Amino acid sequence: MSAVRGPDDPGAVRRAPGPVLRKGPGPTAWMDVRRGAVGHWAFSLNRVTGLGLVFYLYLHLAVLSMLLRGAGAWHGFLRVATTPAFLGLDVLLIFGLLFHGLNGLRVALVGTGLAANRQRALFWSLMTVGAIALIGAALHLIGSE
Amino acid sequence: MSATAQTRRFRVYRYAREDGPARFDEFDVPAAEAGTVLEGLRWIEVHGDPSLAIRHSCFHASCGTCGVRVNGREGLACVTPVDTDTVTVEPVANIPVLADLVVDMRAFVDRYPPQHPLLRDSEARPEADVPEGIDAYERFEDCIECGLCLSACPIAATDDRYVGPAALAWAQRVLEEPRGADVDAILAWADDEHGAWQCHAAFQCTEACPSEVFPAQRIMKLRRELTKRRLSGSSPSS
Repeated sequence: MSAVRGPDDPGAVRRAPGPVLRKGPGPTAWMDVRRGAVGHWAFSLNRVTGLGLVFYLYLHLAVLSMLLRGAGAWHGFLRVATTPAFLGLDVLLIFGLLFHGLNGLRVALVGTGLAANRQRALFWSLMTVGAIALIGAALHLIGSE
Repeated sequence: MSATAQTRRFRVYRYAREDGPARFDEFDVPAAEAGTVLEGLRWIEVHGDPSLAIRHSCFHASCGTCGVRVNGREGLACVTPVDTDTVTVEPVANIPVLADLVVDMRAFVDRYPPQHPLLRDSEARPEADVPEGIDAYERFEDCIECGLCLSACPIAATDDRYVGPAALAWAQRVLEEPRGADVDAILAWADDEHGAWQCHAAFQCTEACPSEVFPAQRIMKLRRELTKRRLSGSSPSS
């Protein structure tokens, strides 16, 4: 506790605490995954998909509100919603849902100490399940076009 | 100018309060003199700029004093090999910089609870022949208190009140082996929104730890204990 000894100490100014380095301004520091391991990638992607899902929730409510404008508005939206580009967005949504949900399950199992030493294996196992489900869902969407 | 086969380009973070904003200085260090990052920094200190402030002691990953970030990744400078032509060296993150690569470790130690025995009673046998004075104090085990876990933690980057991985790992260590410690008081300290519950399981602390403390796994086990106590109605903070 003697690093800063007072104004009479000629070295005091140099030793006074300076800036706190961050890996980015504000929450962007969460996204610094340079040479990061699986856990950090999962942490960062969980935030990105979480924000995406919140955005989707409000978008979904806005889309449903078209029903208030009558059947014509709704059917017009459905014509857009069944285009290949829009279905691609659906696949992206399903990816977000699967990743966020399955990683949330991993965090719950790890965070309660049930699988504290298995977080990496748990991540890859659940992501394998997610990838299979995503491929199945994508094929189903394309098939229903 | 770039580094040659015979040299390594060191980009070193420089800060001194009286010199204004921080900057990076570049030094070309002979490759033969820079097997590790610490060797390169020592060469700079001797041949490049003697005002470079670095902190080190043991040279073999035991003391934990030379923690820095090398090319963005936490490591002990003494055992981090120089394996790139350009080496960017910065102080650890989330702890205030004092000068250049030296940080104020008070900000790290202050995160421990009051019960933390920075120095604790010796457990040497009464009949042991130990040097005078050392019988009263011994270093705490495992954790070398280098601060790399706190630097690597993404949550510590946005919450200065988060007590961080090292302190929580210490708490769980005490739970495993209380040796007379007040376990309830330590659990009550950890049972806080800025304590064990603030960890978001990124596991970067475990990746950064050079001493195999496995802080993230310890935090998860600490949570398990806290959860069990809450479910059983004996919450430590109630």
